[in-house]
Amino acid sequence: MKLRILISLKKAVLDTQGKAIESVLQKNLGFPQISQVRQGKVVEMEIAESDPAKIKKIVDEICDKLLVNKIIEDYEYEVIQ
Amino acid sequence: MKSAVITFPGSNCDRDAVDALQKIGAKIQKIWHQETKLDDDLDLIVIPGGFSYGDYLRSGAMAAISPVMQEVKRLAAKGVKVLGICNGFQILTESGLLPGVLTRNAKMKFICRAMNLRVENTGSAFTRGYKKHQIIRVPMAHMDGNYFADAATLKKLEDQDLIAFRYVDENGNLSDAANANGSLLSIAGIFNEQKNVLGMMPHPERAIDVNAGSDDGLALFSGLMDR
Repeated sequence: MKLRILISLKKAVLDTQGKAIESVLQKNLGFPQISQVRQGKVVEMEIAESDPAKIKKIVDEICDKLLVNKIIEDYEYEVIQ
Repeated sequence: MKSAVITFPGSNCDRDAVDALQKIGAKIQKIWHQETKLDDDLDLIVIPGGFSYGDYLRSGAMAAISPVMQEVKRLAAKGVKVLGICNGFQILTESGLLPGVLTRNAKMKFICRAMNLRVENTGSAFTRGYKKHQIIRVPMAHMDGNYFADAATLKKLEDQDLIAFRYVDENGNLSDAANANGSLLSIAGIFNEQKNVLGMMPHPERAIDVNAGSDDGLALFSGLMDR
């Protein structure tokens, strides 16, 4: 199974990269209709497990121990067949 | 004093830390991050600055789970002093030894210059060589030094007097301009509750010789020696 984990900064956290991207999109590329840009991270991996409950347990553990800093980040994931 | 300086892949201030410790006459062990046993009779562990694991994922996140960090946690719980500088501070927050997290500098710039720091609490082995509210000049060099924590954590840091250093102007006053990286409460360094763990973004080990700009960092190291 292929896993895709999406990590995003919590709303309350200043997203400097999102702000920089937004500024360039608006001012340098001429897209004034774009706002509230937020940049996150995507981590993809193979997992030798098919039971959704077991996958969730593993994802929660690896996010807790390494991939996500819960003080500033949230995450969600999807299983890609 | 028996000290250990840990080197992770990408550490680049480990030599500077060794220089500072040599200058005050400490015994020094250089330790690779894969080490699984540290001596029980250590007095000080230094987690130096640099860019461990290339700052991939989050600054300090991967170094925080290096094998040696289990030993650092074990000894810190026994009261051994732990000093994390710059990337070392990031590693200490990621490992849970200190609260909060260091995020991208608010103005998105790498900041490399001497800073004015105000010593907020002299009641620790790290800061007893200074006077309360003394202003010291210490350089910093980082991209991710913007201290962030939730409101409850910030309140606890203030209520329990766990803020070691704040960024100030040359007169010792707090200001947005002096707080170059955007840290909440202008935090430059914090202690754990027992005050045996200190994390700070500026580099005291680079301020140990007036010929190199400042020796204001020396009192931090000499304060760690037995008295």
